Amino acid sequence: MHLAKHWRQKAAYYRLEGQRHRVTGEVRFPARQATVGESDEAAEAWEPFVLSGKGEIYSFSVVRQAPAGFEYLAPYPVALVRLAEGPLVTAQLTDCCEDDLFIGQPVEMVTRRLKDTGKDGVLVYGYKFRPVLTQVKGNG
Amino acid sequence: MQNVYLAGIGATPVGEHYTRSLIDLALESLRQAFVDIKYHATPSQVGALYVANAMGEALAGDAHLGALLATMAGFQGVEAFRLSSAGASGGVALHQACMAVASGVHDLVVILGVEKVTDKLQDAQEASLSLATDSDFEAFHGITVTSQWAMLMRRYMHEYGYEADAFAPFPINAHANGTANPEAMYRFPVKISTYQKASQIASPLNMLDCSTLADGAATVLLVSERLMREIGNPPVRVAGRALASDTLALHDRPDPLWLSAVHQSARRALHQARMEPADVDVLELTDPHGIAAALALEASGFVTRGTSPRHAADGGITPTGTTPIATAGGYKSRGDIGGASGVYQVVELVRQLRGCAPSGQVPNARVAFAQSLGGVGATAVTHILVRDD
Repeated sequence: MHLAKHWRQKAAYYRLEGQRHRVTGEVRFPARQATVGESDEAAEAWEPFVLSGKGEIYSFSVVRQAPAGFEYLAPYPVALVRLAEGPLVTAQLTDCCEDDLFIGQPVEMVTRRLKDTGKDGVLVYGYKFRPVLTQVKGNG
Repeated sequence: MQNVYLAGIGATPVGEHYTRSLIDLALESLRQAFVDIKYHATPSQVGALYVANAMGEALAGDAHLGALLATMAGFQGVEAFRLSSAGASGGVALHQACMAVASGVHDLVVILGVEKVTDKLQDAQEASLSLATDSDFEAFHGITVTSQWAMLMRRYMHEYGYEADAFAPFPINAHANGTANPEAMYRFPVKISTYQKASQIASPLNMLDCSTLADGAATVLLVSERLMREIGNPPVRVAGRALASDTLALHDRPDPLWLSAVHQSARRALHQARMEPADVDVLELTDPHGIAAALALEASGFVTRGTSPRHAADGGITPTGTTPIATAGGYKSRGDIGGASGVYQVVELVRQLRGCAPSGQVPNARVAFAQSLGGVGATAVTHILVRDD
């Protein structure tokens, strides 16, 4: 577990915090550093911004051959989600079954435990997405 | 700039080599490559050793491979180092090595791709492979490279109106060709009925859409024109080479179905060789899944967007088609050798251009196209190889 690496992303992982451009209103997620050649002024036009967590499925898959740390979850659905504010984000889906999923399906962010924490026992939380509750067909 | 030639080749069979170490495999392929040039150049003439390896730390327990393999090979003292760029390591090593010979710094350099993965179980392999993705925003969520390709395949099916079995011609072609390749891992044909019954790995990718990570080593000897004449093998020249980069994360790309680094590297390499896609006789793509080959054919300019599966169904990717791929079995039948894959690709294309491929020989092949990808095309390296006599 990369504890400090995880901690540094807490705003993104727990609040879905990205950035919004003060002038154009464009939203990006995750937050980015200034690029080479970008002025300090231009970089500062990007302000912290918490996204709504609403979006729809751009595409999805179900992982059956899981990396170490995720075996206990397999099989688990993953998706590219087009957020309402524009950015695409990659995350697991939850509270659903594969047969109910479709491209274009409305989803919303929830905070869940992400991986088996191993011997150091740190609880690793982050965002997942679930079908918007009114859209769930049956009990899955 | 001097012309650069691929003079000698060697490769081990791809597979689960439980009894053999990374060093064993590396040396076998190295020795073969010098036998291939009949020792017309000797190890004492080697200017540099480029070792391509993606996952040595995590899966082989070795990371300092340049010096290790140079000394084991009897090249002690030579300039030797490792290049690691995920699955593109082999292509990157060749790209860098070409510059050393083209610039006149060296007359003979060795590119050795080696990967030893089967000492570890699948969960460790998957974790190691997933380091090719964005660690904070993809791997952190349990995303694998296979699931990235799977999501692209589903989106592709959605946008262009295909069913999953439209991708069946890719593994069927790969296995048909690999059956006769003694170095291939899976030497059996695959039928459409078998494909349709295969279980899911990362939907919509099924087991027969997915390559297997395996052990192996491959070597190519890169030489100047002067040395090529002395060696006397059929001359295969590197006529174009280009490396391009893209975001690791799919979600950071404006159009995830367009592999922009693939496009840039293919366009630049073809331009350098003063060629068009139609001039290419045979291709080696990074094709662990049909969707990967499909998107690479499109971004490289061989077919228009949305048409790759139809092109494959029409026989376009077979040895007698307009874009023959996986003539030695591709990633699916030969096996996915991680960072060594890019070197295996070049070994196969040199055989094709010499007219001595053990399987899937394309008649009168003169121009070959090698494309090595890391991650989902975050690193893309394209080489154009030309038979020069």
